[in-house]
Amino acid sequence: MRRWLLWLPFLAFVLLFAVVTFGLKKPADRTIKSAMVGKPLPDFALAGIVPGKPGLSSRDFTPGKPRLLNVFASWCLPCIAEAPQLMALKQAGVEIDAVAVRDTTPALQEFLARNGDPYARIGDDRQSSVQLSIGSSGVPETFLIDAQGKIIEQHIGDIRADDVPDILAKLRAAQ
Amino acid sequence: MIAESGLAALWLAGALAALQLILAALGIARNHDDAMAAVRPVAVVQGLLAVVAMALLITVFMRSDMSVLLVAANSHSDKPWLYKFAGAWGNHEGSMLLWVTILGVAGAAVALLEHRVDKRTLIATLGAQAAIALGFYAFLLFSSNPFARLNPAPADGNGLNTLGITAGSYWAYYELGWGGWWFWDPVENASLMPWLAATALLHSVTVLATRDGLRAWTVMLAVVAFSMSMIGTFLVRSGILTSVHAFAVDPERGAFILALLAIYIGGALILFAARVGTVRAGNTFEAVSREGALVVNNLLLSVVLGLVLWGTLYPIVAAAFGVQLSIGPPFFDKTAGPIALILVAIMGAGPLMRWRRDGGREVLRRMAVPGAAALVTLVMFLIFARGIGILPLLGLTLAAGLAAASVAPLWKRNLRRTPLFTFGMVIAHLGIAVSLAGMASDSAFTQQVLIATKLGEPQHVGPFTVTLDSIVPVVGPNYSALEATLTARRGDSAAFTLKPQSRFFATPATVTSESAIATKLDGQLYTVLGQQDEQGRWQLRLWWKPFVTFIWLGGALIALGGVLSLFGRLWRERRWKRDDEEALA
Repeated sequence: MRRWLLWLPFLAFVLLFAVVTFGLKKPADRTIKSAMVGKPLPDFALAGIVPGKPGLSSRDFTPGKPRLLNVFASWCLPCIAEAPQLMALKQAGVEIDAVAVRDTTPALQEFLARNGDPYARIGDDRQSSVQLSIGSSGVPETFLIDAQGKIIEQHIGDIRADDVPDILAKLRAAQ
Repeated sequence: MIAESGLAALWLAGALAALQLILAALGIARNHDDAMAAVRPVAVVQGLLAVVAMALLITVFMRSDMSVLLVAANSHSDKPWLYKFAGAWGNHEGSMLLWVTILGVAGAAVALLEHRVDKRTLIATLGAQAAIALGFYAFLLFSSNPFARLNPAPADGNGLNTLGITAGSYWAYYELGWGGWWFWDPVENASLMPWLAATALLHSVTVLATRDGLRAWTVMLAVVAFSMSMIGTFLVRSGILTSVHAFAVDPERGAFILALLAIYIGGALILFAARVGTVRAGNTFEAVSREGALVVNNLLLSVVLGLVLWGTLYPIVAAAFGVQLSIGPPFFDKTAGPIALILVAIMGAGPLMRWRRDGGREVLRRMAVPGAAALVTLVMFLIFARGIGILPLLGLTLAAGLAAASVAPLWKRNLRRTPLFTFGMVIAHLGIAVSLAGMASDSAFTQQVLIATKLGEPQHVGPFTVTLDSIVPVVGPNYSALEATLTARRGDSAAFTLKPQSRFFATPATVTSESAIATKLDGQLYTVLGQQDEQGRWQLRLWWKPFVTFIWLGGALIALGGVLSLFGRLWRERRWKRDDEEALA
């Protein structure tokens, strides 16, 4: 065997060391921003999950008025925390559509009965495929969609009470 | 005082590790007999002191000594004793202490029990153990002191948060029946990587011990296995990979472990490159042979290891080029999955091959029975269980083939004269087949129902009839709960009771489901109590997971096989030594 080949493992380790040193030094912003912000929604069509409520397809967004796309799940605890803010937004006249991630009909019905139902449409995203295609890495996340069906902003994590005026202003500006 | 004694034990252990290193270095460099003679007792005491420190940490957790920062941050006096006990190492500082304790005990065991290797090699081994332990003692004492005091001491800890989060993830996994036992989470990957490397090492050591081949490769694997266990520790502890749910990220700690990594792994690899040339070439072998199969095993395990490492680290590499992304199960399933299935097939064939050289046709003939078993299984499931997924089907087929192939080496053998490590191999390989069958069966045949039921109404899931008998409020140490009493019965067999609870915790306010599980030989009946609806009926979620028990049964067999082959080898070497001595006498 060639002698320099024996140094390959050490070289690999030096590379690994460089990578993790960089990872350690890097600023601590670890939220995963969607690469889809500023782009139109990708094509999708999801079946309904709650009886009596329509499913969600990308065509529902164009043309229309600016609105929110909420990515949530009945098993997600922060989603319970953000439910009152979504109800407040709905009362302020905001249309909210949703993608329910890895959920089941009975669990979701119970969630909506307990925490309120601000949604116009809910799509059944059992495999997280639409969630991933719009660049969402967790629940809850909320996307602001303009009248042309373009993603203008991504809100990561639950919507707090002090986020509500900001969201309303941005939706108004998009009109 | 207990915490201070623990800290003192830790300092002493660290000092002894330094002494052990100096004595070993001096002894070997100057050929100093007295120095070398002192290394063994020092190693034993060093290990003993680490055990004392660990025991004292467990003691402060059991006594809920809230003046100790670690206890206040991670425990609560209301916790059940098992949580307090496990809580001692269920945190960064405690688990690092456990790590170094195991290292210390291993060193002490080598010092006490190892009598076969050359004296200088043994002293060098203990010197290396001391060098590694010293780094980790320094890490504990200077940057992760488990015994640090909290002043003033709080009235009680805030550890119930932790319990709530655990219960929350438990709920997410089981309440919705995601049905997974593996999620390719970075933390899971960090524990899988050392396991893969150690499994490869175990097999290559077999070639080394039996046929004296693959010398340099075995040395390399030993370095890799050790490196992986340290890299795994680093990845989990530095917070470098915790992504969205990052908490308690401490760059100083990360930098400390990284420095240790650079010294130990870098040093080992430089030594390997510079000195492996001095390891003489071992015996050679043909491609179709037991050694050949073990080399393929090693290569495949290494490829899986490389893929897992790459997939785990790639997000950091991408971040270095300004791209943010995360890597999930689809990558690992598609890349590592097929290789793992090939590995299972090779695992069936390997033990049926002869050492050094074998014929392809003979091997195929020996594979006829396992092949037939796999084929029969495939046909049976195609006929009787139509519509199960392709992967579960493949899993069940391979499991049947592997089960037959793994017991085949015992065929026509005198079982009383079969060496213990052969039994170890058979049992471990059988364990893989059993585990694989459990995983495939769980994903193919699990039945789940969600029902709203009145008291006394019989409900059905799988082969079981389940009746809700009563709902009563009960009080636990730190929660109140509603407890359901369910009577379940399969056919005409004896009825048994399950008591799932819906628990309400006060601090912090949380509702969790405490499932009740009945474990049978052929699977688990899994029950969860939900809410009461307007009509007064109770929601119940019932699962029948046939043969899911096989996953853990297989795991136990794998571990048993590993232990048997280890003891088998030690025992045989001891007997050889005795035979040698008798021959000399």
